[in-house]
Amino acid sequence: MLEVRNVSYSYGPSQVIHNLSFSMERGEFLCVLGPNGCGKTTLLKNILGLLTPSSGSILIDGEDLQDLPLTRLAKTMGYIPQAHTPPFPFKVLDVVLMGRTSYLSSLAVPGKEDEKISLESLEELNIGHLKDEIYTKISGGERQLVLIARALAQQPKILIMDEPTASLDFGKQHLFLEHMRHLSQKGISILMVTHDPDQAFFCAHKVVLMKQGRLLDMGTPEATIIEKSMKEMYDIDVKINGMKLADDRIIRVCIPVPKRYKSVLGA
Amino acid sequence: MISPLSGKKITNKYFKRLDLRFAQIFLLVLLPIAVFLFSFAIGRYGIPVSQLLLTIYQHYFGSSTAQATNLDTVVFNIRLPRIMAGMLVGAALSAAGAAYQGMFKNPLVSPDILGASAGAGFGACLAIFLSQSVYVIQLSAFLFGLAAVLLACLINKQLDYDPTLGLVLGGILISTLFSSGTGAIKYFADSNDKLPEITFWLMGSLSSINQRDILSVIIPMVIGFTALFLVRWRLNVLAFGEEEARTLGINTRRLRLIVIIGATLITTASVSICGMIGWIGLVVPHLGRSIVGPNYRTLLPVTCILGASYLLLVDDLARCLGSVEVPLGILTSLLGVPFFVIIFKNNIRGWK
Repeated sequence: MLEVRNVSYSYGPSQVIHNLSFSMERGEFLCVLGPNGCGKTTLLKNILGLLTPSSGSILIDGEDLQDLPLTRLAKTMGYIPQAHTPPFPFKVLDVVLMGRTSYLSSLAVPGKEDEKISLESLEELNIGHLKDEIYTKISGGERQLVLIARALAQQPKILIMDEPTASLDFGKQHLFLEHMRHLSQKGISILMVTHDPDQAFFCAHKVVLMKQGRLLDMGTPEATIIEKSMKEMYDIDVKINGMKLADDRIIRVCIPVPKRYKSVLGA
Repeated sequence: MISPLSGKKITNKYFKRLDLRFAQIFLLVLLPIAVFLFSFAIGRYGIPVSQLLLTIYQHYFGSSTAQATNLDTVVFNIRLPRIMAGMLVGAALSAAGAAYQGMFKNPLVSPDILGASAGAGFGACLAIFLSQSVYVIQLSAFLFGLAAVLLACLINKQLDYDPTLGLVLGGILISTLFSSGTGAIKYFADSNDKLPEITFWLMGSLSSINQRDILSVIIPMVIGFTALFLVRWRLNVLAFGEEEARTLGINTRRLRLIVIIGATLITTASVSICGMIGWIGLVVPHLGRSIVGPNYRTLLPVTCILGASYLLLVDDLARCLGSVEVPLGILTSLLGVPFFVIIFKNNIRGWK
């Protein structure tokens, strides 16, 4: 589906990504983890076609991304950015309709069919009632869902996200991730950059660990997110343990180990 | 039904909206027609509406032997060109302002952001200074306006910086350059005849418009309006930023180019026939947003209608306010400031 093959990228003289390779299958949920400044966002921009790799290539269904026109790319990949406020108070439905841009001939406006698809993608996320609300006035969590709906209106095979949960509260983060898990079950491949190893445990099939622009490790969350790799990436001690749920599933959690200080309060 | 995220109750506002829609359409169709007829009737030579309608009827359907009356001359040779020009320029400046506000993701941008007005002003002053005819003055204004925007785009390319910020920066630099050129010409101009003429031109006026002026700008106007009209929906997407627009499948470079060409053509054509008329391109798009919302699909045509009506009304005021005509550019600024404060105050609630 998506293959990153020996990709390197440099901003001027400084090389940010070194010879990175991985691939993602249909319906696979892939999380990219790594410390600040390790090149995660640069990698995403390369995958989205916003930047051109200095060497190596990114293939979608075997075709080089550089050879694909922007509209074709937008029909294959949906991008869910962190929600921000645009300068004008658009209606929610108008925002979702923007996901249909790549399906319109270059000078047209969206029609009935586009509107139907946009409403369906709002319904899919149970936010159909928001369609006439003002995008700039709804809550941050709702805005983030609207952006997913916009990406779904693109009818993509791949969804790309850069820390989509950064501005959401604890509950909304997991609501968001559940939506994403559901979409990946339906066959959409998802690539998500995250800072939280627990999110990777929660929803990823595969994890890519990065450090200083290089691939550190790759594999299932259970095999890659371990005490040693966390220490290497973030330079902190963590404890990772499995927790048995009522239905016998085991969910892993990663907890930073607090350092011991001598208390000034005495014994 | 309860929203799962916000827990708010959902109410159906559909019927209220429908009523509002109807009132809006009614207003937007009737307003320009009313203002159009009204502008014929008033002026130094007052014409009652009944008389006006009769004159129009006779002009088109009356017997061919009917001689041109005084009334006929006033209506068709003096007022009609001026009214047409007022509507055209009002629509043009407003549409260009609206398009640029979306493209630059900034609600405070006006159509001269890339230096079109400053360039055209310099071109006109230069031609006046060299004692050229009215047509050369207009042509020079038009060409220098285009040249200024072209230079701003070249600077943007040289800077190789953020594409929208680079354009704004280029526009500021070029505007400054041409403004100082205009200043230099004013300094050297003969203070008895050239300087007043330059000053008057720079203040903007529709008083000397004739049919030929309108015909001379028809081509750039048609091209510019068509370009903006065709890409109007895509301007929405551009308001979400360069990267998001590209991931949604928009060739942002090409779209920006189309918007710049369209907006520059209509702005420069306007300035070349009636001088500098400020504020309208900034104020009217906001008025449009407060009526129909920010979606360019409807906003752009509505902005044109409102701009045409607004400038025509202000020009009526300019004609009738005193025994000597008040320059239009001064009136639009005078009215624009309080008008802007009111609209902006209302609109800004939706932005935050």
